[in-house]
Amino acid sequence: MARELKIRVNERVWTVASAPDTPLLYVLANELMLQGPRFGCGLAQCGSCSVLVDGVERRSCVTPVSAVEGKAVTTLEGLPAWYAAQKKLSKTPDLHPVQQAILDEQAMQCGYCYNGMIIKASELLSKTPQPDEARIRSHMNGHLCRCGTYPRIIRAIQRASRVMAGGAA
Amino acid sequence: MNRIFSNSPAEQSLAHLSNGGSAAPALRGLLRRDLLRAGGALIVGFRLRDIALGQERVEKPGPPDAKQVDTWLAIHPDNTATVYIGFAELGQGSSTGLLQIAADELDMEMGQIKSVRLDTNVTPNQGGTYSSASIARGGPQVRTAVAEARAALLQLASKRLDAPVERLTVSKGIVTSNGKSVSYGQLIGGKLFKLAFTGNAPVKTPTEYKVVGTPVPRREMPEKVSGKYVYMQHVRVAGMLHGRVVRPRGQRMYGAGAKVLAVDESSIRGIPGARVLRKADFIGVIAENEWDAVRGAQQLKVTWETPPALPGSEKLHEHMRSAKSDDNIVRERGDVDAAFSKATHVATQSCLGPYQAHAPFSPNCAIADVKADTALVMCSTQDVYGTRNTLSRVLGLPLEKIRVQYYEGSGTYGHSCYDDVAQAAALLSQLAGKPVRLQFMRWDEHGWDNYGPAHVGEVRAAADANGKLVAYEYRGWQHGWSNVETSEQLALGRATAEWPGGAVQGVSALNCGGMYEIANLKLVNHKLPVTSYLKGGWLRSPLDLSFSFASEQAIDQLAFLLGMDSHEFRQRNIKDERWLGVLDAAAKAANWKPRKAAANLSGAKVVTGRGIGVGTHLTSYGAAVAEIEVNKETGRVVAKHLYGAMDCGQAVNPGNVEAQIGGQLVQTASRMFKEEVTINTTNVTSLDWSTYPILRFEECPEVTAVVVQHLDQRSTGAGEEVMAACAAAIANAFFDATGVRMRQFPFTPARVLAALGRA
Repeated sequence: MARELKIRVNERVWTVASAPDTPLLYVLANELMLQGPRFGCGLAQCGSCSVLVDGVERRSCVTPVSAVEGKAVTTLEGLPAWYAAQKKLSKTPDLHPVQQAILDEQAMQCGYCYNGMIIKASELLSKTPQPDEARIRSHMNGHLCRCGTYPRIIRAIQRASRVMAGGAA
Repeated sequence: MNRIFSNSPAEQSLAHLSNGGSAAPALRGLLRRDLLRAGGALIVGFRLRDIALGQERVEKPGPPDAKQVDTWLAIHPDNTATVYIGFAELGQGSSTGLLQIAADELDMEMGQIKSVRLDTNVTPNQGGTYSSASIARGGPQVRTAVAEARAALLQLASKRLDAPVERLTVSKGIVTSNGKSVSYGQLIGGKLFKLAFTGNAPVKTPTEYKVVGTPVPRREMPEKVSGKYVYMQHVRVAGMLHGRVVRPRGQRMYGAGAKVLAVDESSIRGIPGARVLRKADFIGVIAENEWDAVRGAQQLKVTWETPPALPGSEKLHEHMRSAKSDDNIVRERGDVDAAFSKATHVATQSCLGPYQAHAPFSPNCAIADVKADTALVMCSTQDVYGTRNTLSRVLGLPLEKIRVQYYEGSGTYGHSCYDDVAQAAALLSQLAGKPVRLQFMRWDEHGWDNYGPAHVGEVRAAADANGKLVAYEYRGWQHGWSNVETSEQLALGRATAEWPGGAVQGVSALNCGGMYEIANLKLVNHKLPVTSYLKGGWLRSPLDLSFSFASEQAIDQLAFLLGMDSHEFRQRNIKDERWLGVLDAAAKAANWKPRKAAANLSGAKVVTGRGIGVGTHLTSYGAAVAEIEVNKETGRVVAKHLYGAMDCGQAVNPGNVEAQIGGQLVQTASRMFKEEVTINTTNVTSLDWSTYPILRFEECPEVTAVVVQHLDQRSTGAGEEVMAACAAAIANAFFDATGVRMRQFPFTPARVLAALGRA
């Protein structure tokens, strides 16, 4: 019998039923029933399916589920808790500051790409708390938005950066 | 107004609501006349027949009767309300805007009202969610329907409180008189109105609005940001299988479809969970496990018949220009040839526009549960009733046996593959005898889209020595939209056909000189047969980018020949105040200073330019200014700042309109600089984001959106009307920067270098 594959997602351990070469996305969507990572291209070109693996953004549509064994996967659903742990907050907020900033900026239109946008922006701010605009643009450049909301995403990331630094929104 | 909007069937149907087609708002005839002030709220006397209360709401095959108030509104015992809306939320925010209209008309707060999922068994048929019609067409319907309900509620309250209607005040759905109150919920909660929707109930005047005209935050956004929002791609039903279609990579000539010569089922023997289903040339793979279906569809070996030859991208426009076309004169006045022969300045412009794809960020997805005599289909259609019609054809089931429910997908921007995927899921479910969830792969969506058609435009325009436009001629070549989807074509052998009627599929009298005062004008449409080209469909602001790219460059060139400022030349030739309003608003936002175009040409490697343009789709008024940068060595063009002004009459939610303008500016930059469906001599070759690139963060312009608010005017569309102006502004900015006119978009580096003579 094949060895049992376990993965840690949003600080919970799951036993995977799918074959080990199955892309992580299909496991997250169909076994764990998560809605953050979602199919966009299946080719790692758009960023729709992004998750954090040990804090680094990864495209789950081309990552075999076996490749994240022993690592910590964070999806959109687990992002507020991931942020709270990082910042050693006593309580998990409802939303990561990037998510709140997106609401405050009324940034999204269809919103489908925002899973990836939020994951990628959170990765950026965890490493570079106060990025300038050029840094934001280059960091986010691999994530596509068909609705053309890039300018508002940039504003939301800048707002989140200010909030995380303890400043006014 | 009529002059501007006469091209649009939808607008013509609205026009008869208005009083004689003047600039008066369409609803003026309905505005309450005998206003009586009672307490803080305005109440009007309006007599109704007795209301027969009773009966519960039941679901049955729709559309529900639009002539009944109950079709549009339900009041619940907890004093909340449900508004039944037939328009889809596509990310444009109109589901919030329509509730704002209802809230004001009902004297309820936004928190008290909600809408429900579009469903052919539940929601009214308001026509599809296209042509930016949600607020324009749906707003008046919702407004007058809930106003009628409110009038009925006041009649009931009048009896209950023993006070004349004129003495009643309403706030938060609570009716008060002389210290006594009763809520809507107590009056009718959970019961039907059983009242005819006459459309005669008085509606509020703009001065009475509380939430209309304000930027109420989008209602669905909190769930979208947290990941709780259920997109179509998230829906799962019990016992379902996963499916994928198997087609050649990249569509062939529309009329030819794709003929199967052989299917080698042994090629997926290594995936035991996958099973091949086939109906004629329609092939799918189903499996319990989604990855098995994906792999199975990718690995299945199918031999396809060699299709008839396409011209290929290089020769496409030449082929279109020389093909036999079905010609008609769209508009003609004065004597164009005589006027051109006498004119002082003549500008000609021959332009080429590409096929462009909807390319929704996620490929379309559907779930179908088809049984022997019924079908339930969930998908991201822009028109649940239209999709039900096509499913009836495909499944051989009567309409009333089919139920279609809408789940939002990613932004579709027109007729992407949502009908095709719904049909394909239904076919697979019918073949499998089980519910099937089918998601297209990226190459299916990119490769089998109903593309925005390619265009050849030839325009000439003339001005006299005083800078007055005297003559204008536009000739356009393009095909229309496909009316038969790939799934039904392959499965049933249905002959491909063109979408019937519709001036929007040809040369636009609005964008081809329509905003200017020109005595001598001729517009000629050269229609090509869609069956000999690629599948066509309405792509956000259909063909308008191509029209304005040609037309507004010719106008701009006349200004240049006259030595006039581009903004001033347009001001001089436009009379309509609303066109002037957006033109001036865009110029003001951009701090436009008058000067002749291309007056500051430089030998530098990177040069900058600015341009201005006006345009629309069917309704509303759009103007834009573009500031761009051209690298003459690499051929790379980047928009640095785009300014867009739109007048859509009453902007119910100016925040949403501002967001729409911003999105249109960025998407236009993407379409002008990046987007092009490519073909070889057999099929489409742009199948993903690498072969069909779109604008990215690093190339994204700053955007400034200006909403020109007219609360006293009827609402017109806001979802696509600034794109034509923006395309023109970008093209004119290129000329300002380089002194060269681009003849073809997208402005790829190779095309730019060729235009600059550096190839």
